[in-house]
Amino acid sequence: MTAVAEQIGHWLEQFTRQEPAEPWLQKLRESAFARFTELGFPTTRDEEWRFTNVAPIARANFVGQAPGLAGQIAVADLREADREHLGKYAGQSAFVALNTAFLKKVAFTRVARGAIIERPIEINHLATGQAGGLLHAHPRTLIVVAPGAQCTIVETYKGEGNYFTNAVTEIVAGEGAVVDHYKIQRESPEAFHVATMQVALGRSANFTTHNISLGGALVRNDIGVTLSEGAEATVNGLYLVNGTEHVDNHTVIDHAKPHGTSHELYKGILDGHSSAVFNGRIIVRKDAQKTDSKQTNKNLVLSDDAVIDTKPELQILADDVRCTHGATIGQLDAEALFYMQSRGIGKAQARSLLTRAFAQDIIDRIKIPVLRAQLEKVLSEKFHERSND
Amino acid sequence: MALLEIKDLHAKVGEREILRGIDLAVEAGEVHAIMGPNGSGKSTLAQVLAGRELYHVTGGQVTYDGKDLLALSPEDRAREGIFLAFQYPVEIPGVSNMYFLKAALNTIRKHRNLPELDAMDFFNLIREKMTAMNMDESLLNRPVNAGFSGGEKKRNEIFQMAVLQPRLAILDETDSGLDIDALKLVAAGVNAMRNPERAMVVVTHYQRLLSEIIPDYVHVLAEGRIVKSGGKELALELEEGGYAGLGLVDEEEPVGRV
Repeated sequence: MTAVAEQIGHWLEQFTRQEPAEPWLQKLRESAFARFTELGFPTTRDEEWRFTNVAPIARANFVGQAPGLAGQIAVADLREADREHLGKYAGQSAFVALNTAFLKKVAFTRVARGAIIERPIEINHLATGQAGGLLHAHPRTLIVVAPGAQCTIVETYKGEGNYFTNAVTEIVAGEGAVVDHYKIQRESPEAFHVATMQVALGRSANFTTHNISLGGALVRNDIGVTLSEGAEATVNGLYLVNGTEHVDNHTVIDHAKPHGTSHELYKGILDGHSSAVFNGRIIVRKDAQKTDSKQTNKNLVLSDDAVIDTKPELQILADDVRCTHGATIGQLDAEALFYMQSRGIGKAQARSLLTRAFAQDIIDRIKIPVLRAQLEKVLSEKFHERSND
Repeated sequence: MALLEIKDLHAKVGEREILRGIDLAVEAGEVHAIMGPNGSGKSTLAQVLAGRELYHVTGGQVTYDGKDLLALSPEDRAREGIFLAFQYPVEIPGVSNMYFLKAALNTIRKHRNLPELDAMDFFNLIREKMTAMNMDESLLNRPVNAGFSGGEKKRNEIFQMAVLQPRLAILDETDSGLDIDALKLVAAGVNAMRNPERAMVVVTHYQRLLSEIIPDYVHVLAEGRIVKSGGKELALELEEGGYAGLGLVDEEEPVGRV
């Protein structure tokens, strides 16, 4: 058997081990699994995966599925109208197909027309590896925000030990809806985390997301936002990598209709032998005149051994638009370090202060105080005063 | 023994030798002015004393309060009481002025075995000093020097000095870019800190600062060496005759060519 056939065989075994579901869901799973079989795991020969090698996931021997979270609802219990949204936005990539093939429960939120939910809706995914072998988990989130409604969503992923999380999140925001979304990824240092989030924005909807990546051995985020007329999207991210961690953020902001606005700011701090990828695609369709789009990626590289690949991709088919993009890669400012030292602040503390300062503007944009405080703590722990130089 | 004693100090940046044998002794309570044409090494001397790694000391000794100054890290020099008011204060986006100064003061206090100050005590301590420097309290919450005007940056340096209470203050061209009102304010701030325990080294290109901060001694630096020393009247002499009067070339002024 070839390696690929072996992998598929392995996943087929995992797939057939599931309890059968009711016919419509079983059919959905089977067609998704067929799709996965057809595609297989991507390799670095695929343009979209050039800098992220998922061979460690493809080659891994899984012993079973991680138990799901309490508080989620069974997909089978979704109302027919909500069911229709499942899988409608997330596309058909190998990882999304694999997630759907194991679809059973969903973290589901529906916000009714005009409702304003002030308290953040928290969705916590916790994975625990086990000594006997790798587990796989396929968290699924569906958020349907009706026209004129408003809500805040915090998705958190964390865990312990060895495991593979393959998450899919779909968000639909109706006309004039306002959604403030946060994703906090704090997987264990050994974990694999692959996540796809697709967001569909109605007319004049306003969507903000902060994608905070703090852990994981191998992390990949695919984030897509599609804007209708007059919609506004703020797509921000912060990634902190150290040791041999790898994080890859691919974002696609698709201006499908006129008068859309998007702001994207991704910032990364890299230390040790870590590596990161930022690939930001902005599509402005022929119809999307008067689009205003800005993309920025800034990286602070603290070590000579860390590697960053950053790439903007602009596909502009309309002629009356404003689109700007920029990327920077830099080190700590030697003048600022000396200035701080000359005031008595030790070099290690000065480095740590400047590192935190780099991330500060992203942290300041987070509207939930507890979350901000948590992040500040993680930040100072992760790059704590190195005294070796 | 003098508080600061510099003997035959040589320093390079890259391959270029900038300091070529400086000798200087500064006693506690004294104010020394260091004047000289552009490119003479004045700022280099200030930065070397503060410990800037960009400059390599290639010879000589510096003793401060009986210790080998050159063996100390920049932060340890600051903790031991050395303060450099920068010619070009550095902007630090993302770090508030308040946080920065409190961190600095508390590390220095800790080094002197004094208890650290909490936010309230700290605020009470700095409030008066801010008023004296005509600084708006809103500057405290702004990032260090970011978006400050040239005058605000210089006043901020002297304000920091007033908070940190150094034993040896080195002022590097603190007068440059200031209008006369700002200059008087800064000079008043400096003069208020003169006392028998504290020494000051005032580096300047122009005499005008020295009519506000009257030095005890004036030294003229040229091509990396002190070529002339005297009392405060030497500054006036320079004001009248210029550096050319001492037979020195100022890089800023064009030299006659054939």
